[in-house]
Amino acid sequence: MEYFDTFVSILGSAIRLSIPLLFTALAGLFSERAGIFDIGLEGKMLASAFAAACAAYWTGNAWAGLGAGIMVAIIFSLLHGFASITNRGNQIVSGVALNFIAAGLTIVLGTAWFNQGGRTGQVPPEGRFSGIVLPGAEMMRDVPIIGPLYANVISGNNILTYIAFLMVPLSWWVLYRTRFGLRLRAVGENPGAVDTAGVSVVWLRYRALIVTGFLAGFAGTYLSIAQSAAFINNMSAGKGYIALAALIFAKWKPVPVMFACLLFGFLDAFANFMQGKSLPMIGEVPVQIFQALPYILTCILLAGFIGVARPPKAGGVAYTKER
Amino acid sequence: MNLQSSANEPAIELVGIDKKFGAVHANKNINLSVGKGSIHGIIGENGAGKSTLMSILYGFYHADEGEIRIQGRPVSIRDSQAAIAAGIGMVHQHFMLVENFTVLENVMLGAEGGQLLAKGVAGARKELKRLETDYGLEVDPDALIEELPVGRQQRVEILKALYRGADILILDEPTGVLTPAEADHLFRILQVLRDQGKTIILITHKLREIMAITDTVSVMRRGEMVATRKTAETTVAELAELMVGRRVLLRVEKQEAKPGPVLLSVKNLIVKDGRGVTMVDDVSFDVRAGEIVGIAGVAGNGQSELLEALAGIRKPVSGEIFIDGKPVEAADPALLRQLGLAHIPEDRHHMGLVLKFEEYENSILGYHHDPRYGRGAMLDLDAIRRQAEEQIAKYDIRPPNAQLKTANFSGGNQQKIVVAREIERDPKMLLIGQPTRGVDIGAIEFIHRRIIEMRDTGKAVLLVSVELDEIRSLSDRILVMFAGKIVGEKPSDADEQTLGLMMAGIAA
Repeated sequence: MEYFDTFVSILGSAIRLSIPLLFTALAGLFSERAGIFDIGLEGKMLASAFAAACAAYWTGNAWAGLGAGIMVAIIFSLLHGFASITNRGNQIVSGVALNFIAAGLTIVLGTAWFNQGGRTGQVPPEGRFSGIVLPGAEMMRDVPIIGPLYANVISGNNILTYIAFLMVPLSWWVLYRTRFGLRLRAVGENPGAVDTAGVSVVWLRYRALIVTGFLAGFAGTYLSIAQSAAFINNMSAGKGYIALAALIFAKWKPVPVMFACLLFGFLDAFANFMQGKSLPMIGEVPVQIFQALPYILTCILLAGFIGVARPPKAGGVAYTKER
Repeated sequence: MNLQSSANEPAIELVGIDKKFGAVHANKNINLSVGKGSIHGIIGENGAGKSTLMSILYGFYHADEGEIRIQGRPVSIRDSQAAIAAGIGMVHQHFMLVENFTVLENVMLGAEGGQLLAKGVAGARKELKRLETDYGLEVDPDALIEELPVGRQQRVEILKALYRGADILILDEPTGVLTPAEADHLFRILQVLRDQGKTIILITHKLREIMAITDTVSVMRRGEMVATRKTAETTVAELAELMVGRRVLLRVEKQEAKPGPVLLSVKNLIVKDGRGVTMVDDVSFDVRAGEIVGIAGVAGNGQSELLEALAGIRKPVSGEIFIDGKPVEAADPALLRQLGLAHIPEDRHHMGLVLKFEEYENSILGYHHDPRYGRGAMLDLDAIRRQAEEQIAKYDIRPPNAQLKTANFSGGNQQKIVVAREIERDPKMLLIGQPTRGVDIGAIEFIHRRIIEMRDTGKAVLLVSVELDEIRSLSDRILVMFAGKIVGEKPSDADEQTLGLMMAGIAA
């Protein structure tokens, strides 16, 4: 039973750690399926985390924080669009530039406004998204197996967690069941087909990037005012890249994206759990090995275990009408 | 409205269309009238301005001057959407299809009939069914595009246009990617469409197609519309002359071959492709000095793999290749070049050239170790440029600028760059794949003459082409390949039907 409790606690932590990945990977899904590579997810997450923390600190309202987070992420997305769609710049360069801007700007503004070495002020409890206890969680707690799972893994999460999981079927529905989704998938494969069908490639790609910003805003907000209570320097810590890995690993499909993010979240939680613990026969294993696991796994899996990951065909290429 | 009068009424009229791209005058004061319910051909060399004109019609570009009238009414075509609304449909040379979508999804794209797909799907299915019965355009609506053969994909493009209610259908070089049988099938479809009252504009540089299918034909040259003829009242020779602006020899004249000793010999060669499928199956033949051996066959019957194996690009599974009687062990293109084997690859974009390089850089591709071009690690750029300029002059490569990016040359001139590079090396043996694919007739004549010259100076030439006309007019002996095997050998005067049947694997 002791092992089971440990397992439940790792699982709960895995869920919490996978939420920012899930939002970010879904954000990347919309942009990449529309043919715009987005290495700037990391920067969007970081900038929106900062914006959410500031807004929540000043207003004491978590929803205002979310709004600010989303807005800033969308602005970053539009900048990316301006560089790579309107001016046909290199998408990777634009994304990397945005990452640097986010990393620098958050520190500069944070130091100027809060004077805590880049930290924002502590967000008051009403400015945060806190856990919601689902009905019956306490009653269920004693039921074997299902009880702890329900009370500690499913219940007790904040609202953003539930929204994240709702976004998975919603994204699927938008992509595969709506006109917007059909056109979006088409523009990522062959923008010429969209253009000759009388649909604007530019406007379509901008709309895809707005969706990307919207979802990345949730991810950043989650980091600063749901998972913690302030913005900390570089708090995204490479999650944007992990989310990209998850996206590739899941072959750019919404439901597999969820499982990939859960897997990476689980590895992260497991790494935390193993910190300072020693394994039988081996002794203490440096925690860095576990922290490196998601990346190692990505390399191994991409090297052939998941088959060919075929990216959207027109990805990374700005559209010019042929002559 | 009876058929007689509708046949005379113009479906589309262009009046004084003019378009410049910087210094390039792509369309000069173009006037054109296309009768309703007719098939109108527009013919011209690459770069004559055909595609620009059609892009103006489809709203990709705006004419600097001029007017477009559709069914007698002036229209302004600002974008593709306006063109679609005006009843114009276009089948592009490179298909505008999403390859991992189904046929149905491709047809619906841009005309979904509402925010949600579910609403439009049933209607689209019904409409596809109707188009299938009306025009004989059958395609499985749930098939994925990437799994369909090219001919079917093109049918989907036609369906897309018809689904959007097109009355005027523009086809841009539609047969470039089709096998002869698929092309015939396309022509039958076009005839059905015309008989049902659609107007069809066919853009091509293949004279045969114009003669086979069109009712009227207009010729473009250097941005101008130089003539319009009733197809029944013109000849291939007249059209060719109008296109090029001078007399063209459509069939090269050559002397009897004087074959010498065997230079290239292949014995029991077996080659597999990347997927492990046997593409060349136990093939043996000889090529002698001073003769051209042509390999005929429908694309995909192993000719490409055979060429690649001979050029040292693909390692054969088994079998032997002898050059000058000596066996060649390793698949090593550099070694083969030293032995005097030159190779004009089938796909100049993929293998023959680096499009982003300047012309002179491409002119030494594969020969950059030659001491004439520099010493050690350094290249002697002056020497290279000088030689490139000589080749440009000798092969009439246009524009005559060795420092122009290769991508900016037309297809025919790009091919001349490759041909010049390989032939000027004075090899003993020449492997040639699709020497004139996508090349203007003026340049075709030139390249054909060079190939004959090579033969007459005692080189061994192996020619692979999917153009049966080309094989027949150049070769001294014709080998027919089908499903990886050489199914027979015929003299160069074998008739087309016999060869066609052999290519289809029916008779030997």
